[in-house]
Amino acid sequence: MSKNSKARRNKLGLIGWLGGGRYGFERYAYTLHRITGLALLVYFVMHIFVTGARIGGSEAWQTTMERYETPFFKLGEFLVFLAFAFHALNGVRLGLAELGVALGKPQRPVYPYRVSIHRQRPLFIAVMIVAALIMILGGADFYLLGH
Amino acid sequence: MESNESADKTVLFEVLRYNPDKDKSPVMQQYKVPLQKGITVLDGLVWIKENLDASLSWRSSCRMGVCGSCGMFINGLPRLACNNQIVHINPEKITVKPLPNFDIIRDLVPDLEGFFQKHRSVKPYLIRKEIDELDHPTGEFFQSPEELVNYIQFAYCIKCGLCLSACPTVATDERYTGPQALAQALRYNSDSRDEGAKEREAAVYSGSGVWRCHFAGACSQVCPKGVDPAMAIQLLKKDIVLKKLRLRKYQHGTGVLPKTEEWKENPKIPKAPAPTV
Ligand code: SF4
Ligand code: FES
Repeated sequence: MSKNSKARRNKLGLIGWLGGGRYGFERYAYTLHRITGLALLVYFVMHIFVTGARIGGSEAWQTTMERYETPFFKLGEFLVFLAFAFHALNGVRLGLAELGVALGKPQRPVYPYRVSIHRQRPLFIAVMIVAALIMILGGADFYLLGH
Repeated sequence: MESNESADKTVLFEVLRYNPDKDKSPVMQQYKVPLQKGITVLDGLVWIKENLDASLSWRSSCRMGVCGSCGMFINGLPRLACNNQIVHINPEKITVKPLPNFDIIRDLVPDLEGFFQKHRSVKPYLIRKEIDELDHPTGEFFQSPEELVNYIQFAYCIKCGLCLSACPTVATDERYTGPQALAQALRYNSDSRDEGAKEREAAVYSGSGVWRCHFAGACSQVCPKGVDPAMAIQLLKKDIVLKKLRLRKYQHGTGVLPKTEEWKENPKIPKAPAPTV
């Protein structure tokens, strides 16, 4: 981008994308949202591939299902569930923010500045509590009630 | 510099040095600076330049948080060097690096060329349909104090670039228009005199525009002027949704104020002194 050929690149790249640094919770939520989004995408592809076994008849379906009945895959499934709970609830917050909910209105800036990110924090905390509850209930269902 | 009561106290400055003609890669250099009352990070750099190392380079001008040229990465956050006292950050040690996400021209001097190009890309000026009035003005465009509050917050931007340094999307996406320019798009879109929202759409809603933002909010956290670019971007998203659903219309700019035909002098207002030149 620079016209100055000698200038040294200083883009943070992936580190800037992943590292929340000394910024607010929302920046960590940003990173987690993207990581869980990618994880869910990978899961969906695998899911379609695995359930595709049904085409081979009920026998093939049975053997495929048995293959995935291990604690390793159960943990994997549970992690996908956690990712889903976070991604869905944080997504609700983002969708609301994009419609201007809980951001406040433009106003004359008066120091110390209180900006939209502070005003929407109660919403952030609320959705995270709901996500945590869903995760706990899900965990109980996965591991305590058994299937 | 005159010393005062805390003259024997010093603060350790660790400053990134990079000379493109000599250095292969940047190095961190340390300096001891006397800690004086009220000393800002910028004052510290000036002290180093005057007393220890004249080759240290950076950009600054107003030294009062107005010009936006002294943005640096100070102790882990993008900040204005002139706007932050050392004691408020860390009286023991100050680490100064050039703003991340911008190329380094030398030492603490970032290359802001691309940043200003993005600013220009959103047409940051009033756009009116009737060109005639602009070329041959017959009066002022009307604006009420309430209408002013709709955009004044975004007009406070001093183009310092701190928000782009903090943004995780800017960190990986070279083409992203960025919080500063997008906030300026909203600043003009929500000016009651403006009619250019449609013309700005190409830049604002392109694949590199507002939809690249996922509300990390770091820009609004570090902005030294309280501009709140994160809110501006969300409001731009809301605006296009409402417009596409035909729930909001494109704005007609306010008209020219009618000429006051006669005006009387108010005897209570003292007369201006005679011109001196
Ligand atoms: S929006 Fe704030 S942080 Fe960004 S350039 Fe303008 S004044 Fe600086
Ligand atoms: S020198 Fe002008 S903002 Fe710091």
